[in-house]
Parts: sequence; structure tokens; C-alpha cells
Amino acid sequence: MTQFRFRSDEPVADPAVTVDSFGEQTNASAVRLEPGDEARDLLPHLDRLKLIEVNFPAYTDGRGYTSARVLREAGYTGELRAVGDVLVDQLAYMRRCGFDSFAPERELNVADAEAAMARYAEVYQPTVDGRSPVWAKRHGIGQHG
Amino acid sequence: MKILTGNDLKSGAVTWWDGSGWSLHVEHAVDVGEHGDDIAARENAARRVVAPYVIDGEVGPEGPRPAHIKDRIRALGPTVRLDLSLKPADANAGDWVI
Amino acid sequence: MYQYDKFDQALVDARVADFRDQVRRRLDGSMTEEQFRPLRLMNGLYLQLHAYMLRVAVPYGTLSSAQMRMLGDIADKYDRGYGHFTTRQNIQYNWIKLEEAPDILADLASVEMHAIQTSGNCIRNTTSDQYAGAAADELVDPRPYAELIRQWSTFHPEFSYLPRKFKMAVIASDTDRAAMRLHDIGIQIVRNAAGELGCAFYVGGGMGRTPMIAPLIREFVPLDQFITYSEACLRVYNRHGRRDNKYKARIKILVHELGKEEYTRQVEEEFAHLLTQNIEPPLAELERIKAQFTDPAYDPSAPDALDRSDPDFALWVDNNCVTHKQPGYIAATISLKPVGGIPGDATSDQIRLMAGLAKEYSFDECRVTHAQNIVLPHVRKVDLYTLWQKLDAAGLGTANLDQIGDIIACPGLDYCSLANARSIPVAQKISERMAAKEQEIGELKLKISGCINACGHHHAGHIGILGVDRKGVENYQLLLGGCEGADTSLGTITGPGFDEDGIVGAVEKATDFYLANKQGSERFLDTYRRLGMAPFKEAIYAKENAE
Repeated sequence: MTQFRFRSDEPVADPAVTVDSFGEQTNASAVRLEPGDEARDLLPHLDRLKLIEVNFPAYTDGRGYTSARVLREAGYTGELRAVGDVLVDQLAYMRRCGFDSFAPERELNVADAEAAMARYAEVYQPTVDGRSPVWAKRHGIGQHG
Repeated sequence: MKILTGNDLKSGAVTWWDGSGWSLHVEHAVDVGEHGDDIAARENAARRVVAPYVIDGEVGPEGPRPAHIKDRIRALGPTVRLDLSLKPADANAGDWVI
Repeated sequence: MYQYDKFDQALVDARVADFRDQVRRRLDGSMTEEQFRPLRLMNGLYLQLHAYMLRVAVPYGTLSSAQMRMLGDIADKYDRGYGHFTTRQNIQYNWIKLEEAPDILADLASVEMHAIQTSGNCIRNTTSDQYAGAAADELVDPRPYAELIRQWSTFHPEFSYLPRKFKMAVIASDTDRAAMRLHDIGIQIVRNAAGELGCAFYVGGGMGRTPMIAPLIREFVPLDQFITYSEACLRVYNRHGRRDNKYKARIKILVHELGKEEYTRQVEEEFAHLLTQNIEPPLAELERIKAQFTDPAYDPSAPDALDRSDPDFALWVDNNCVTHKQPGYIAATISLKPVGGIPGDATSDQIRLMAGLAKEYSFDECRVTHAQNIVLPHVRKVDLYTLWQKLDAAGLGTANLDQIGDIIACPGLDYCSLANARSIPVAQKISERMAAKEQEIGELKLKISGCINACGHHHAGHIGILGVDRKGVENYQLLLGGCEGADTSLGTITGPGFDEDGIVGAVEKATDFYLANKQGSERFLDTYRRLGMAPFKEAIYAKENAE
């Protein structure tokens, strides 16, 4: 159940398939990446993908952050949804890595989540979220990404 | 005997299950028998303790004593700073942990 | 030294609010301990043997006197009047209350300090040469590069849930005083044939249960690409580092299992991709930072001569001071290793005294060393005697830098929940036993860890000691021949372990054998390297002759 979504388009109704079966189902438009899956295997198919779910079986396994960022760096613009053990204090980092929807397996306190996502007005690194890092602000370099 | 120990959630102080609550003194520890994990789960959920666990203990002349040196040091305090331990007046308190 | 601008301050202030909210949610039950633990660790808060422990970051070991003073004040206000300086150039407090931790972070933020990423499976505090900016042999001051790494790694969204912790070190001289090749990434600032500055990258070093010396994976990364290169090194690790076994999760295992060539190939491929992403700060940012590490206003007429008529002072100068790049100045190390003392511990009064001396005699600056001492980096030689008298009066005048009493020791089983044996009592006994022979023995780096995690760097000690648990009893293994620095080597275990008194005796036998067999000006390590383990082992394990 998607609890937070930062997109204005219609949610994709298709069920996400595994990476293995995605390769066989040429009409699938939604796929689910597990931590051990190689996100770059999807790059040839980005044009037909509308939803990529990245599963976090345990929130301490950070491979999904790299998966997300790699997909955005390659130009993927569809929905990127974090699912599984998604908690309040990881949301801001996930958004920075390109996630734009969240389906935590246990519902989060909305006020806590919104406060956590809004807390940091500045960032030190450019990623794929378009936010200007402080070095860009210091040196008058324009909007990043 | 089986002793239940942990730390106070707010202060971090080492605590011992005394049968009805948490004591700073291992001498107050009771034998929890087979119930240690149940008590630990209940107290953990009530946020009266953090990281509780059950250890083996033995009863000595001064009362219960953890079987392993690590928990004996937890019960006393740092042996190199006995002034900060629970027995600051006893210059030989460190012998108790060995 | 580096001063925060409004952006740096905003980030650190936001972190204080963030952690205050996290503590609230832990205490009100919104979060379980399992969910909270990694968050508190990323703020340096551990649950240790007796209480919570807070590790405060000292980026590249540099402190202003106001920051140092605050460290003393925190020890009084929130702890029990002392702090412990660590091998990561940080400071730890041992008796912290969870409820008060957010207030401590707020106090730290008021002097541009924090505890961000001093623990957890993320990029930790970047360490550096304790004589940076003062050393006569450095190419440049390495700290601006470390500061750029600090900013890049702070709250890095992709690399905060790595397979395991990640430590970086930056140096800029051929003499390695930061154990650079025993880090996950070690960077040496070098000059290429064209005269340009850049970074040599060493990746996959570390101590712990599988010690490894980092191989060189790239000789030269240009200064306007080294953050991107670091990002590539981390991304390959985050994707492929092992997560099935925490003891095999450090990057050293990945580099070892893939092989240096294959790891390097993957990094280069990722690097080529990341160069297209424009994530590198502009050189103007490096220049902005460098401008804050310019030389202090040295007195060009400061006399270079030193009055050495007091023999105790002369000994301290010879042992604890090193040549400064500026004539008339010297870099002085304050030993936190008095005979029989607790290595790295300082009382709040001592911390404040050192803060005051840094202000009065060292352009407002001091350093924490990985050997758990404090450096006053820029002292006028004409002030040195007065400075030493003040230190000596406060119990801080011990003249034993890099000698057998200057022991690196982790907190061990007296404080640490991971430890298997106590480290501090062993250090105390050795320093007492060896004090009389200390000057005769000369340079000898002795390092003690209370468990295999090797926080006491025992693998890198000329003499190393590892505490283990043998059926519930503390037992100590002896290692010989380790060394950090340009000729990095790992120590070898001598043989069966010892009890606490036995290990002290074994150290004495090893050093007696050295004194009896050294040639010329050989150090202990040189004699060991010349003769090898066998004769030392024989001397250490020989049965006592009947009287």
C-alpha cells in the first residue's frame, strides 16, 4: 500500500514482476528489484517501464539506494517506489536517491515522516533529486541536475 | 541460577531484575529460572529496560554473582576507576571480578 | 582552521533537531531499539558496558581552543569529569544519559562540532597527519582535502547503510603518521611528473580480525576528480561488499576476493560513468577551504635557539617535539600516557588547561593524534620552556612520545561491550614495569587491543598485544614486528598466550633481548626485522633459570 507518493501522474496498476520473469514477459511495465538484483540489467528496457519497485527486506541493507540512483542517472523517469522495511528516518535519503513513492510494510506516522523529510534545508552532495549542494550555492553555480 | 540484566533506557545505567523491578545492585538479583526471556520481552516493550539478556550466575557470600567476568565488571564498574564504581571505598573491589 | 559558514551550521543544527526527535520517538515508543540503534550509532551514541557512550567527531584531529574547552566542559556537565581520546582522533565520554544526548549535541553545535557518523555502517570521521600544516616534510597541508571529504560524506544518501563501517585517511608527506594504508581508503596527496597535485588512492586496508595493507589502485587522480573517484570506490563496495557475514563485510575482503585488478576495473568503469554526472565540487570550493588553512601569523624574528639547560626539559624536547617548517617554531606533543595512567584519558581540568595553552602558545589550535596524545602544532621555541613547566605541573609533561610507555590501548573490558579482556590494566602494568628502561629502549610502539576488532591497533605495534577470552579467563597474545607508516607491516603472533602478569613479563623479556642484541642505533623493530622471530621467541618462552 503506497503511503507517500510525490508524482502527479496516475499510479500504475500493473503488478510488479520479478527481474527474472520481467525478461520473459515483454509486455510487463512494472518490475521489482531485490537487493541482489543488478539495476543496470533494466537499462535496455527503461522506455517500457512505468514502475520500478525496490525492495528493502531489511532497512539496514543499503543496496537499494544505489539501485535507485543508478536508474535515475540512466534517465529513468517512471515511478520509483521503495517497498518493505521502509522507516521514517530513511525517507529523506531515499528521496535524495530518486525514490518518489513509498510503500512501507508497516504504516508510518505521517507527522513524523513529513517532519523528517522536511528537516534538512541544505545538502552537501548533488544526487539525482535536482537539489543544489551547498558548494553550488557558495559559488553561484545554478540549479543542479 | 539465571540472572536477568540490561540497562536503564533513559540513563543507560546497568540494572538487574530483582523480582519486581530493576536494581542497580547485582546483590538484589533474583533467579529468574525459565522466565527470563518473558520478563525481558515484557520490560523491553514497556521501555523500562534496553538490551536485556539472561546470564548464568552463582550465589556467593555477598549474594548473586555473574558467572562471566564481563558481567561482573558491569556489576561493579571499571576496575581501573574504582572511584567511579559502585564500591568506591573498597580499594580491593577489583578482585571481585577476577 | 576551517570555520563553518551558514550552510555548515544549518546542517549541524538540523542534525541536533533530527536526533532530538529520534530520541523522543524512542522514549515514547514510536521506535523500537532495533530501529533506533543504527540511528543513535550514526550520532556516535553506543550502549556500552556501564552506560551510553558518546563519541564526538574531531575532523582530521584539529580543534580550536574554544572547541577543546567545550570538550572539557561537557565532561563536567554531562559526564564524570573526564574524556577518552581515541585512535580515530576523536573523544569519547563514558557515562552519557540518552535523555541528555541531544543537549550535548546542541552544546557541540555551538562550537561547530558534532558526533555525526562517528559510528554506524557509514563513512566515518576522516583522519589525517597530526602535524598537518606544521610538518617540515609535507607537500601541502592535507586537511583541506579531508574537509572536502567530510562535507561530501556527511549525510551521504547512498552510502549511509553500507555493508560495514568505512574509514578514510588523508596524508601529504612520505612519512605516514596516520596509518594511511590501514584504512578502507587511504589517500596520499602527491605531485605527478607534470608538477600537478593529485591523489594516490590506496583501497582495502584495515585491521580487525583480517588485517590487510591497502594496495595502491590508482597512482594519480586529479584534484578536480577525487570526490568522484571516492564515490566510485564506495558505489562498487555498496553494491558488492558482502552482507552475509559481518566479519567479511569490510571493503578489504571485497578487494581481496575480487582481486585488486578486478576491483580497480569496476571502480574505473563506475568512475567513467560518474564523471558524466557532474558531482565533483569545483576547484573553487577546494580553494575556499584551503584559504582557511593558511599559515598562522608566524613571528619571522622568532629565535631558533633553545635553552636546554634543564635536563628534564631537554629530554622532553628530544622525545616529544618535532621540527617545524617555520624557523623559530616547533610542534610539541603532550603525552596522555603518564606512568601507570590510563592511555588517552584526560580530566576536564587537563582538557581546559590544554585549551588555554593552545590559545596562548599555539595560535589557538591543537590536535588529537591517533596515538591518543595532543599536539600543540605551532609553538615558538622561546615559549617552549614556560609551556613545558605548565604542562609538567599539571601531570602532562611526560617525555615518552613513541616510547614503550606511550602505549595505544583501547578501552577494553573495563568499558567496552565488545571486548574480551581488559587492556588498560595491562598498559598500566607495562608502563610501570618498563619506566626505568624506557629511555634506554628508545622508540618502541606498543599497542594493545582488548578484542579482535583491533581498536588498539595491535597488528601495527612493534609490540602488539591482543586480549582474548579463554574459557572465561582473560588471556593475552603477543605479536612482534608490526609497523604503520611507509614501511607498513603486520605483527606476527609469538606463540601461546599469557595471563596478565605473564604478558608483562614477556614484554620485558622481548625488550631485554633487544637491548642485549641491538647493533648500533637499531630500534627494537630494526633488530626484530634483522633477526626474525625465532630468537625473540626463544627468549620470551625460555624457562627461568633455577636460582
